Amino acid sequence: MTELPHKPSGSRLPFHQRFPLAIRIGERLLLSLLLLLAVSVLIFGGIEVLPGDFAETYLGQSATPTAVANIRSELGLDRPLTVRYVEWLRALVQGDFGTSWASGSSVSEQISKRLGNSLFLAFCAAVISIPLAVGLGLVSVRYRNRIPDRLINIVSLTAVSLPEFFVGYLLIMVFVVQIGGAAFPATVYEGMSLPDRLNAIALPVATLVLVVLAHMMRMTRAAIISVMSSAYMETAELKGLGKFRAIVRHAAPNALSPIINVVALNLAYLVVGVVVVEVVFVYPGMGQFMVDAVTVRDLPVVQACGLIFAAIYILLNMLADILAIIANPRLRHPR
Amino acid sequence: MTIRHIPLPILIGIAIILLTLICALFAPWIAPYGETEVVGDVWQAPNDHFLFGLDNLGRDLLSRLIYGARITVFVALSATVISFTLGIVLSFTAAVSKGIVDTTLSRLNDLMMSIPTLIFALVLLTAVPQNLTTLILVMAILDSTRVFRLGRAVALDVAVMDFVEAAQLRGEGTWWIILREILPNTLSPLLAEFGLRFAFAILFLSTLSFLGLGIQPPYADWGGMVKDNKDGIIFGISAALIPGAAIAILSVSVNLVVDWMMKRTSSLKGGRGDA
Repeated sequence: MTELPHKPSGSRLPFHQRFPLAIRIGERLLLSLLLLLAVSVLIFGGIEVLPGDFAETYLGQSATPTAVANIRSELGLDRPLTVRYVEWLRALVQGDFGTSWASGSSVSEQISKRLGNSLFLAFCAAVISIPLAVGLGLVSVRYRNRIPDRLINIVSLTAVSLPEFFVGYLLIMVFVVQIGGAAFPATVYEGMSLPDRLNAIALPVATLVLVVLAHMMRMTRAAIISVMSSAYMETAELKGLGKFRAIVRHAAPNALSPIINVVALNLAYLVVGVVVVEVVFVYPGMGQFMVDAVTVRDLPVVQACGLIFAAIYILLNMLADILAIIANPRLRHPR
Repeated sequence: MTIRHIPLPILIGIAIILLTLICALFAPWIAPYGETEVVGDVWQAPNDHFLFGLDNLGRDLLSRLIYGARITVFVALSATVISFTLGIVLSFTAAVSKGIVDTTLSRLNDLMMSIPTLIFALVLLTAVPQNLTTLILVMAILDSTRVFRLGRAVALDVAVMDFVEAAQLRGEGTWWIILREILPNTLSPLLAEFGLRFAFAILFLSTLSFLGLGIQPPYADWGGMVKDNKDGIIFGISAALIPGAAIAILSVSVNLVVDWMMKRTSSLKGGRGDA
């Protein structure tokens, strides 16, 4: 038996070699923070460099030069862009998103009420769709190229192409009008009991699940197939490992990180799907709030909502990266 | 290959796409009534004269569906064409020039992709004046990020080939290499992607119109028609479902046909349009 090469004792190694995991996670955190900062610049500055003066667009037909100048100074648009950005960012860090142009009330206050509602909706949809998608993905792989797989394939390809609002109205038509019993519009208010709340959001959640499920399932299927067709699975089979053991010991650990990625990607998609679904079901969430603000060109609200949606999206992607690094040791060492 | 070798669902898909295109091209001659012509009662039920019934203002749904095909297809197609031109020019430039150009463009693209498309579109549409040109441009620019990602990937695969190196060595310019060496060799995955992006553009445009931020009334477009008629749903009036179904059927058809074409050609990196 050959002696293992002498390994230097842990304390003498530099930090980054002793804790590669911590370093990689730290990198991700820093990167996401930088990305968020860049996104804030894009959301704030992007609007400014676009063609068309905002005040003129805001006023529309009644844009006389005096009115434009008045509204610009009223909204503080006549000050330099960088000054406004820094002020905006400073207030933002303290949790202040400014004042809505349309209603004159605090944006943070409005958002804090609605963000919870939206997250609750997305959370319920995620809890149902993730196990279902992974389960169906496994079924699809198990019966690959046979009837169940083909059926799932055709149904999911169709579901991927359906607009969310069509699915939503179809569900309303069937479960509210034809059969009856489901709640519409999905009104929730403070102090509502949990069963009532769940009943109110049943249809919006069902819509989100249907839309996300198809995407998630197709991607899960592809991820599992690519793992199952790799060389080490063939080796495992050839050396006589049982099917169950091969899957638990060899396939599952390797399939974990792609599946985590798929789930995170689709959760991020959920965050966006919420916008349309909230409008369909008149649900008092962030998406509805943002769409209303866009219609009346209420810039502070739109910027705040845009940044929050982007932040959630970036956060989910970051979590997926970190979980993938933890699940897959190969990702811990940059090549 | 003959027409008999095409599976039936694909044939139906192709037929639906062709039908939509014919409706789009010849709308004024096909449609039984005018686009904004009020011909009867609000939400009148379907009968012999009005195949799908009337909408929330008493306009013929079938006629508006046919006119709607025109604007929906036109906007979605223009946005896709612009997005492709932009995405491919930038991605191929990045892949061929490498170095700082590549890094800058790629990081910029990553940045734009880190904001969900719909959210980004909402932010942009708040600021720009609302008309057809800005709508198409916003859609095209946001979509070009996806094209860029795919274009760069396929172009990098081709850019390392010997014939590209040979062209570089004999002193051909960047543009010559892009147009004569890389483009022809990446055409098939890009064509498949074009189909997917087009299907996505239809969905995206319909979503924007449904939210009231896309094509403005009185012009008929499918997403806007859903929005117009959505209040009828709760009374059991299915006027909003018909344009919704039209969007769904067209988008399923495009996806089916593209999916089938991708399976026929080898090793394609298809990116489905989401988020």
